[in-house]
Amino acid sequence: GRPILHGYFRSSCSWRVRIAFALKGVEYDQLPVNLIKDGGQQLTEEYKALNPMQQVPAVEIDGTTLSQSLAVIQYIDETRPGPRLLPADPKARAQVRMISDLIASGIQPLQNLYVIQKIGAEKMQWSQHFIDRGFQALEPILKQTAGKYCVGDEISMADICLVPQVYNAERFKVDVGKYPTIKRLNEALLEIEAFQVSHPSRQPDTPDDLRA
Amino acid sequence: MHGHNFCRTLCQQSELTTRCHLHFTLVLNADLRPILHGYFRSSCSWRVRIAFALKGVEYDQLPVNLIKDGGQQLTEEYKALNPMQQVPAVEIDGTTLSQSLAVIQYIDETRPGPRLLPADPKARAQVRMISDLIASGIQPLQNLYVIQKIGAEKMQWSQHFIDRGFQALEPILKQTAGKYCVGDEISMADICLVPQVYNAERFKVDVGKYPTIKRLNEALLEIEAFQVSHPSRQPDTPDDLRA
Repeated sequence: GRPILHGYFRSSCSWRVRIAFALKGVEYDQLPVNLIKDGGQQLTEEYKALNPMQQVPAVEIDGTTLSQSLAVIQYIDETRPGPRLLPADPKARAQVRMISDLIASGIQPLQNLYVIQKIGAEKMQWSQHFIDRGFQALEPILKQTAGKYCVGDEISMADICLVPQVYNAERFKVDVGKYPTIKRLNEALLEIEAFQVSHPSRQPDTPDDLRA
Repeated sequence: MHGHNFCRTLCQQSELTTRCHLHFTLVLNADLRPILHGYFRSSCSWRVRIAFALKGVEYDQLPVNLIKDGGQQLTEEYKALNPMQQVPAVEIDGTTLSQSLAVIQYIDETRPGPRLLPADPKARAQVRMISDLIASGIQPLQNLYVIQKIGAEKMQWSQHFIDRGFQALEPILKQTAGKYCVGDEISMADICLVPQVYNAERFKVDVGKYPTIKRLNEALLEIEAFQVSHPSRQPDTPDDLRA
């Protein structure tokens, strides 16, 4: 059977996996998990059985269930043909992981839904702070590593992480113009079909008022 | 004078500090051994130390004291190495890398010795899933920077996020674990687990609530690579915490 993605249209971590599937040309099904409705469908016992961390995404693939978007993406890369999602050169590969982890460990977890619900009233300020902090670090790194894309001239997992994080930044009203390399890369990547077809505005669970 | 200019370029500052001078000396070291910029008690630094030890790779350490002088990770000198101003950063093979899991996988892919990730893609995905659950889902919510922002509630906050992560990790490990986190070979998942349990204990989380985590941690702490890299045995371990 085809892989099944349990995700949410606006979850940046889910979007990363959707981009990876699109880049590899892998058809998959979606079972949306509404993070807001019914107190959050990720908190059901049913979903907990798929992902005990009670977060999206979770992916059923090849008879197993995986969580953690970067583990899923690298599994897809290692088992499916098509363009590489990580470069062949070990140093470049390390740079791709470094950039991906800066985003996936250093920024997104500090502004995801669970955390900002705990922060409460200050959540906008808190989220902006951590996104700005991460982007302030990412900008000089990308100046070093980027060619046409985040690392050299081939699309990689780093680009897959960058675009959804910029989308989050914009949702939290961070001025991405302060980060010209990030801005430039994001704009170039949004021209690519895999980044468009997977966009939050085009998913089965996108609400009508946010649909492209 | 030549050394001073080198340091000024490398460290982007005009004052030749003791640390900068030591850095210069190491960089010119004929062995060109990797240099780890870390802190004895940083769990992310400890992960890298374990990886080097498992691979039998000799390396030098340039400690970065996260508390002293308002935090040495906040100097312009260190920012040039890692713009995120966190430890660890590793100088290796003529490049500087940050993000411990990126470093560990680079070491695995370029050095001989026991694999740090299994050959089977599904098992490899499980190793990364467990590693990321810790490295994205737990540790960033209880690291120094964040708990400084949280302030007075930091103990409660940290316990909450560690417990939340361990509550998820326990059933996952029940599925994946053999002798170690994933099957019977030591992997990056084990490298992430032990330092996170150490953190849990520092924040007074009762790890006994998580029997698989407890069992794995105890088995791993018997292994030399996890002992020689332990926070109690580092060049910058304070005397009162030294093993």
